[in-house]
Amino acid sequence: MSEPVIRHYGPKAYADHPPFSYPDYRSTVKRSPTHDLIRIVQTLSETTGPGPAWTEISEEDTDLTTNTGTGSPAIGERIIVTGKVLDEHGRGVPDTVLEIWQSNASGRYAHWRETEFPAPLDPNFVGVGQCLTDVQGGYRFTTIKPGPYPWGNHPNAWRPSHIHFSIMGPSLGMRLVTQMYFPGDPLIPLDPIFNSAPPHARSRLIATYDHEVTETNWALGYRWDIVLRGDRATPMDEGGD
Amino acid sequence: MSQLLGQTPSQTVGPYYTLRLFREGENILVGSGQAGRILIQGRVLDGDRKPIEDAVLEIWQASSAGRYRHPDDTRELALDNGFTGFGRAITDFETGEYTFETIKPGPVPDVEGVFQAPHISLIVQGRGMLNPVFTRIYFSDDDEANRDDLILRAVPADRRSTLIAELVDDEEPRVYRFDVLFQGDDETVFFDF
Repeated sequence: MSEPVIRHYGPKAYADHPPFSYPDYRSTVKRSPTHDLIRIVQTLSETTGPGPAWTEISEEDTDLTTNTGTGSPAIGERIIVTGKVLDEHGRGVPDTVLEIWQSNASGRYAHWRETEFPAPLDPNFVGVGQCLTDVQGGYRFTTIKPGPYPWGNHPNAWRPSHIHFSIMGPSLGMRLVTQMYFPGDPLIPLDPIFNSAPPHARSRLIATYDHEVTETNWALGYRWDIVLRGDRATPMDEGGD
Repeated sequence: MSQLLGQTPSQTVGPYYTLRLFREGENILVGSGQAGRILIQGRVLDGDRKPIEDAVLEIWQASSAGRYRHPDDTRELALDNGFTGFGRAITDFETGEYTFETIKPGPVPDVEGVFQAPHISLIVQGRGMLNPVFTRIYFSDDDEANRDDLILRAVPADRRSTLIAELVDDEEPRVYRFDVLFQGDDETVFFDF
């Protein structure tokens, strides 16, 4: 019987991620572990993961401005968001599923949860999409720039404009859910969710405006790369220590 | 060692993740005709033992023969028909309960080639969680295998029970309860790997 491939992934760099409990974001206080995580070896259960199987059954749905099927375009500032999913060695992560969700141009989510924010829904925008990365790890969405919206964390709290990204990756431990922010947004430094990321890593959450991506008479372009943990067996250290 | 790129920080799924991170039926991993179906049910409880009504649970498991549907698992073992091994469930907004309908996974080798006890990998995220937590679900009717399991043995003896789903109904489909608890002496064991 053929032996399975056991890869060795570098650790989740917890120093680059938010703490579990970040009291400025109030809900984290009771929803965070207080014991230390228990370090375990990576078995086949950890080095495999749902990414490849999820890719097999997922279809591209990359234009959020038209994907409601109403035949009418969504209202708002049309934008292109593109970039690469890379591992920490700089290699593209191909064929992995990116799922995104976001508010509409007014800052309203097409969600059943109640909100006191009287912003209009857009019948031509649901704010969800998905994409499979190409051979170089590249992805590209066309969407509407999401609006900021208030939330109940503290008095007059507002979330900066952001898009939620969920990435499967090829192994269980590479699973990442994060948020992409827009450059120059004055709400960013006031946002405890953004600020939960350690100071040295915060800029990694902000996209760059890229005029090369911008399309004439069509849409402004933003570029944002996402970096995941990597398989340690890089060509450079194979045969090394 | 060459300089590594910095990892993109994790951020919470927030309150609106169900727009994309859950679609009807994703918590059912097997067809209704599948023999050996099991239900795994439970709640995710916060530090005050209140149910978290907006959590998303993702599971990853091997087939009943013990094979993962993944290119790295090249062993010549059966994959159940149509079975991806991946499922998602959300906690009910009123009751906090989640349910998975699946099969019990077969044995999978550990790093020494010894079979691990049957287990399912579980990732929990939710509003108010800035990082995912990773844990494992084992089964209370696998006492002997659990005793020898490499990963369970890495867990302090008095915390192992937090990883074991309790068989509460032995009729098919068998029902197991598995709660995920944050904080307190009985906090669920979460892994770093």
